[in-house]
Amino acid sequence: MSSSAMESDEEARVIGLLKRLPELANQDSDLVRRGAYVHDDILIGIGAHRCYVRIAGGLVEEIETRPQRMRSAAFSIIGSADAWSRFWQRMPAPGWHDLFAMNKRGHITIEGNLLTFMQHLQYFKDLLALPRSLSETSPNVR
Amino acid sequence: MSAKFEPIIGRYVHVEIEGKDNRIYFETAGTGIPLVCLHTAGADARQWRHILTDAEITEKFQVIAFDLPRHGKSNPPEGFEREVYRLTAAGYTDIIRKFCHALELSRPVVMGCSIGGRIVLDLARNHGAEFRALVGVQCSNHHRPWYDSSWLYRPDVHGGEICAAIVSGMMAPQSPNRSVQETLWYYKQGGPGVFKGDLYFYGAEGDYREESSRIDTSICPLFILTGEYDYSCTPEDSERTAKAVPGASFQVMKELGHFPMSENPEQFRRYLMPVLKRIEQL
Repeated sequence: MSSSAMESDEEARVIGLLKRLPELANQDSDLVRRGAYVHDDILIGIGAHRCYVRIAGGLVEEIETRPQRMRSAAFSIIGSADAWSRFWQRMPAPGWHDLFAMNKRGHITIEGNLLTFMQHLQYFKDLLALPRSLSETSPNVR
Repeated sequence: MSAKFEPIIGRYVHVEIEGKDNRIYFETAGTGIPLVCLHTAGADARQWRHILTDAEITEKFQVIAFDLPRHGKSNPPEGFEREVYRLTAAGYTDIIRKFCHALELSRPVVMGCSIGGRIVLDLARNHGAEFRALVGVQCSNHHRPWYDSSWLYRPDVHGGEICAAIVSGMMAPQSPNRSVQETLWYYKQGGPGVFKGDLYFYGAEGDYREESSRIDTSICPLFILTGEYDYSCTPEDSERTAKAVPGASFQVMKELGHFPMSENPEQFRRYLMPVLKRIEQL
């Protein structure tokens, strides 16, 4: 298998994890409560793919992973499939355990109008860490 | 009496700093070698409560942890409402020395974390003979800020929530949630602009890259302990600092982050106890 094919396999796997966000988030009543004032679309970049996450009142309403010709987002968080994969380990290694840690080390970029992101920083950190529970080493794996 | 009391005693002491009276709150427990503990930026001395209640430590050491002015239960000095708060190296060193002097401590050990880990380099460089030993937890001689600290103090972002959310990722994922949440609570309770003001020292003014090599550890030994999950003061930052100070001792702490004493006290004491044993023998 060529390296680019392996790369796209990894991207597809990681995008698959992101797609699980609605079921993971919406059953977490504490997280939803803390996100009650979040009403925004955010862009998550996984390699060359662009995924849109629509949030309304703390609930994740939609994950759009098909290419969009023209769509707004409040802010974006973009990293390689490898970066997201490391971030979503059940017990991530130092430097891969937090969005700010990864940003500082240059593994992800956080861009756009960051006011919403900073107003609800713990919500977004916790929301985007949820796929860790799907990690293969997780006892909760389904 | 059946009440479950902790051995910690809290008191206030008045210290004059820059011509103004400062009402400083401190907690103490134990008897023996004075061990003064310095909290992190934007927090307070409650971070040290597990050291203050550790019988094996308080058997040999008088542990003393104080709140910097504006932090915890220490009042801001009169007129604070008209000042932009900025912690400086000179001011920080002055407070520590005057506090130790007010309590008539004889050659205390000073152990500080983060900004406290940074200022021990100043104490070592300029006042080493006054101290028996210095312990820098999450100690670096320099920090280059990479995010805009104005987010920490503006009316459209909740100050307590943002300070806690920023530092939440500096803790190890292995740390018990109860201790992580307690550590974050201290940040949520900080006064407006205080964390940002402390970071002035951490990220701008307190640069010891030049001075590190001039520290004489034969006058006062320096021990550096750094948690592996701290992305603010990384193990690489501490290693660079330790290499720059001739004779400094350095240890990376596994499964710990920026707040070892409060995020996972059990794990921290595994690394701290050997250091304290060595200090006892000095």
